[in-house]
Amino acid sequence: MSTDIASVPLLRRPLNGARLFGSALLVVLAGFAILGPWLVQADPATQDFGASLAPIGGDYLLGADHYGRSLLARLAYGARLSFGMAFLTTLAAAIPGALLGLAAAWYGGWIERGLELLATVVLALPGLMLVLLLLAFAPGNFGPLFLGLALTLWVEFYRVTRATTAAILRQPHIEAAKLLGFGSGYILRCYIMPVIAPTIATLAAFAMATAIIAVSTLSAISVGLQPPTPELGSMIVELLPYYAEAPVHVLLPAVLIFLLVLGLQLVAQRSDR
Amino acid sequence: MRRFLLTRLAQAGIVALVVGALSFALMHALPGDPAMRIAAGRYGPDARIVDAAEKVRLELGLDRPWAVQLTDWIGSLARFDLGHSLVTGAPVLEELKVQLGASVWLAGAALLLSLLIGPTIGVFSGLRPGSLTDRLGLVGAVILRAMPPFVLGLILMLVLAIWLGWLPPAGFGSWRELLLPALTLALGLAAVSSQVTRNAIAAVAKAPYFAFARHKGLPEAVVVRRHGLRNAAIPVVSFLGLQAIYLVEGVVVVESIFAYPGIGHALVHAIIERDVPMVQGTALVMGLMFVVLAATVDLASAWLDPRLRSTQ
Repeated sequence: MSTDIASVPLLRRPLNGARLFGSALLVVLAGFAILGPWLVQADPATQDFGASLAPIGGDYLLGADHYGRSLLARLAYGARLSFGMAFLTTLAAAIPGALLGLAAAWYGGWIERGLELLATVVLALPGLMLVLLLLAFAPGNFGPLFLGLALTLWVEFYRVTRATTAAILRQPHIEAAKLLGFGSGYILRCYIMPVIAPTIATLAAFAMATAIIAVSTLSAISVGLQPPTPELGSMIVELLPYYAEAPVHVLLPAVLIFLLVLGLQLVAQRSDR
Repeated sequence: MRRFLLTRLAQAGIVALVVGALSFALMHALPGDPAMRIAAGRYGPDARIVDAAEKVRLELGLDRPWAVQLTDWIGSLARFDLGHSLVTGAPVLEELKVQLGASVWLAGAALLLSLLIGPTIGVFSGLRPGSLTDRLGLVGAVILRAMPPFVLGLILMLVLAIWLGWLPPAGFGSWRELLLPALTLALGLAAVSSQVTRNAIAAVAKAPYFAFARHKGLPEAVVVRRHGLRNAAIPVVSFLGLQAIYLVEGVVVVESIFAYPGIGHALVHAIIERDVPMVQGTALVMGLMFVVLAATVDLASAWLDPRLRSTQ
């Protein structure tokens, strides 16, 4: 579950073609995820065996799966689940990660040493393994999956925030601001936030992509979310036995995950080529 | 060198402690009485299960305070005793020996394949930035990066095993069964390593010593081999260190998809069956595999780049 440390802040870079395309892709997909379940009247769990593996374009706009459930509805709910879960996980990793990084750089001393130790401990374990260990408590549940992902992803935010903030705090203009009697709130707002906010945004996009891949992968190997839930990864595996009769049906959820991750990676990409 | 070894040993110790503490918490937090679960795993659920559970409780000392039990667990870990699987009843260590061997083969084959694919594409792209090869390489890397490894595995399985019939879709035995899962992992690694190589070669090709080697009339192949590859290998090898995580995590995913009997497959099954000693054992072994991989890569970078040796 590694994310790249993008050294170039997100909001400072010119909006090139790839990033523009990525943003447009994300807007469309977010629209589908937010409005989709609301616009699509069909229920993602209603079974209709008469319509098993219905082709695309008939009664069902995107066909139906082997239980005759509307694929369009399932894709819309699946996209909402992936997006929502990834968003929540990223928030739960980014906010404490960045705050702890700030605290470590600001106070130093034993706070910094303790946090560094904690970060080292988490980094010594592969992230997926931490998630799998927590999932052993309750396979197929949201709780351990969410907690495990957040627990592995916060370190990246912590480390980058600490390093960046420490570098800023050493600069002479901060010293000058302190001598002039400006409070720590002012320094935080005017000198630190503008520098670290874009970096955090970049990291957040990568973390969301990582979370989307992780949730779908774990569901596909049947320790993540369980089948009745319209989760994109488990949908692929559920439909796989029918690849000969309905190849496009299998492809649809895979393409949706691909586009989600692609959009996030394009938005966060480095422009050093 | 001594400091390096000590750091790695400390890392291995931390992995063992974290995994141990988490599995210990797991054992005690799961619903139901651990003694009952162990007894059911060993003797099967029958009428005398309560007596059996009492025996297990006494035998394993499950009625002692938890702090004593945790210390005891760490003690037995130091003697390389990981307990018995709740499902098969066999010693965890015995099961792990077989599975670890299979996983090490898989990881090794994946690493080798990725080194054949990634850097080769990277060298051709980096020597001619902006060429068709370069652009195709970038598009391929972006596509592979945005695809979850299990989707890639399923696509390879469908195309190479089912449609073309070249390789068996699953199983274990000869190199033919190894090839598909190894290729899945290798392509994921190569997606990034090809780009890292490309950037490194492009940078080296701009360096004065590279131009000098050309000016003094060395043939192009010799210039690339002597002055390009070794310098470009440094970032690639340190990238592989970061990707040790990808490899260890990938082993879990790819083994599950291809039903390949390694430790990743074992971990997923142990979680589904709630076989806590197995979860504990496999997680421990995978964590240590990660530490060993990362250490090997560090040693390899030090060998490639003598400048690093003085700082270690």
